[in-house]
Amino acid sequence: MRLDLQARAAPSRTIAIAGPILALLAAMLIGAAVVALLGKSPAEAFMAYFVAPLSESWSLQALAVKASPLILIAVGLSFCFRANLWNIGAEGQFTVGGLAGGWLALATRDGAYQGTFGGWWILPAMLVLGAMGGVLYALIPAILRVTLGVSEILSSLMLVYIAGYGLDYLVRGPWRDPQGFNFPVTANFDPEATLPSLIADGRLHAGILLTVVAVLLAGLVLSRGMFGFEVRLFGTAPKAARFAGFSERALTLAVFAISGGLAGLAGIAEVSGQIGQLQPSISPGYGFTAIIVAFLGRLSPFGIVLAGLVLALTYIGGEGAQVSMKLPLDLTGAFQGVLLMCVLAADVFTRYRVRLVREA
Amino acid sequence: MNPDFVQLVLITVVTAATPLAIAAIGELVAERAGVLNLGVEGMMIVGASVGFAAAYLSDSTLLGALAGTVSGVAMAGLFAFLVIGLAANQVASGLALTILGGGLSGLIGAGFVGQKRTAAPSLSIPGLTDLPGFGRLVFGQDMFVYAGIALIAAVAYGLARTRAGLTLRAVGDNHQSAHVLGFPVLRIRLLAVLFGGGCAGLAGSYLSLAYTPFWSPGMTAGRGWIALALVVFASWRPWRVLAGALLFGGATVLQLHAQALGVGLPGQLLSAVPYLATVLALVLLSWRNRRGAAAPAMLGAPFIADR
Repeated sequence: MRLDLQARAAPSRTIAIAGPILALLAAMLIGAAVVALLGKSPAEAFMAYFVAPLSESWSLQALAVKASPLILIAVGLSFCFRANLWNIGAEGQFTVGGLAGGWLALATRDGAYQGTFGGWWILPAMLVLGAMGGVLYALIPAILRVTLGVSEILSSLMLVYIAGYGLDYLVRGPWRDPQGFNFPVTANFDPEATLPSLIADGRLHAGILLTVVAVLLAGLVLSRGMFGFEVRLFGTAPKAARFAGFSERALTLAVFAISGGLAGLAGIAEVSGQIGQLQPSISPGYGFTAIIVAFLGRLSPFGIVLAGLVLALTYIGGEGAQVSMKLPLDLTGAFQGVLLMCVLAADVFTRYRVRLVREA
Repeated sequence: MNPDFVQLVLITVVTAATPLAIAAIGELVAERAGVLNLGVEGMMIVGASVGFAAAYLSDSTLLGALAGTVSGVAMAGLFAFLVIGLAANQVASGLALTILGGGLSGLIGAGFVGQKRTAAPSLSIPGLTDLPGFGRLVFGQDMFVYAGIALIAAVAYGLARTRAGLTLRAVGDNHQSAHVLGFPVLRIRLLAVLFGGGCAGLAGSYLSLAYTPFWSPGMTAGRGWIALALVVFASWRPWRVLAGALLFGGATVLQLHAQALGVGLPGQLLSAVPYLATVLALVLLSWRNRRGAAAPAMLGAPFIADR
């Protein structure tokens, strides 16, 4: 027996939309089987993972706060993936963004450098620095690729580890809060360096607005602009793109800069709006989960918003299920991996007719 | 310098190099057949957890290693279904495998955190192992080290000198021609990917059975990714994998010794050395050998027969 793939004349639009939904359902079924294997009730787990977080105001806010960085990073990654370039180091660019913006927050603490102008400029400058940090860090693998042909996959991933150790060093060493009882954290950021809450006493911070703007801009660029066309052309027909006179180097640098910049922005928004200081770990793997978000959202900005909410749900639901059902947190990671596999499998059905053939 | 100390350092280099070499030689075979499996890290970590669990329950290192290998093959089978059966994107599928492996290994290993075993026994040949200066280095390693060297030798011989190896390389360099010549492209790729998975699983079980004889979540710490880089670094040649693994093992050990000696550098910088070294190695290699001249021509390209 073998699988027979027949190319469709044009990708199926029905399956393109139904695919991710069916993939999600398939992943849920597999997840339910694993939960049953662990000796727990799949129905109860489903409620804990996918329903309970939607039932209360605080958990809805937590959902938005978790989804925001995922969506922001995934929107950037969609540019790379559309062009068939593989930035898998968004986690590192997120970290460097948090570091670059966090540095300014620490440097301006207690009114430093605020004499003449006041403190209004600090937050915008932190966001710019965060994005710049992500851009520069993402340009390392991009430049290595266009000048020397170094695989961007491996170099961008190695840089994740290096950024992680850099953050660890800074918060345990030079940037540690002298009044912090030896905890490996920096001082808390001043209010001038903290993204404000959108709701009084709520968790929902202004970083969400950045994500909304980024999604709208990306939607505009990808559907209307020449640049969006160029990105897609390089992904699907690189020879045609070169023949049309588009520069592969410029495009590689551009999509890496975009994805790095958005990841860096997500990093500083998380540090400034959510954590309020720098600590040895500032991300539960957002940079990697965002890869799943990008694919589940079929690399389209609005699909990514939905996908980001789904993946954020698995984070919040996973924490809830750990408390209420004693389900291990690793279940979330395994589920995310299965989900990506199902999405990729579903993607095949949009491009091919798949039949199981019995060999004669 | 004291020859016994030198031997001790070299032994630690070999133990650090072994998991890298075993995982990389498996990936090399898959890549020579034209399949890029970025899931090495995921297959390794599952191999580490399954290997430890099986060894702990059966009280046998050998059974543990075997179970670890089989779990790697199973993970690779999942990957093969996606990229060979369904022609899914190889890069994304490999990432999915790594993410899945991270979670799955945590679930499998959860009951074994904090448990300890004795490390895999080392070879001991009276008269040879006691030889001063190099006896323990050459005749006193554990079975994984010898298995790793044997694997590399077998792959080197098999790829270069046997008909099966020639076919595998043909599939990796031009799957259309291989198909026209009547070779079963997909079946050959499947076998190559499964072999790679088995090696990654074995390399993972080495970590939890010999390198540090216990299970801890995330214990592969990027070694699967370094193994992937090693294949590029070795220009897809088996013996160069061994040389590269020893070099990387050396970098790891250097960093450990430097930390122990209290060199005036921050520990985090030293810990980052293997990853920095990987980037540096990739850069130096590309400098010498412009864009992937040595890479299998069909690397990463799915094969779909026209009918």
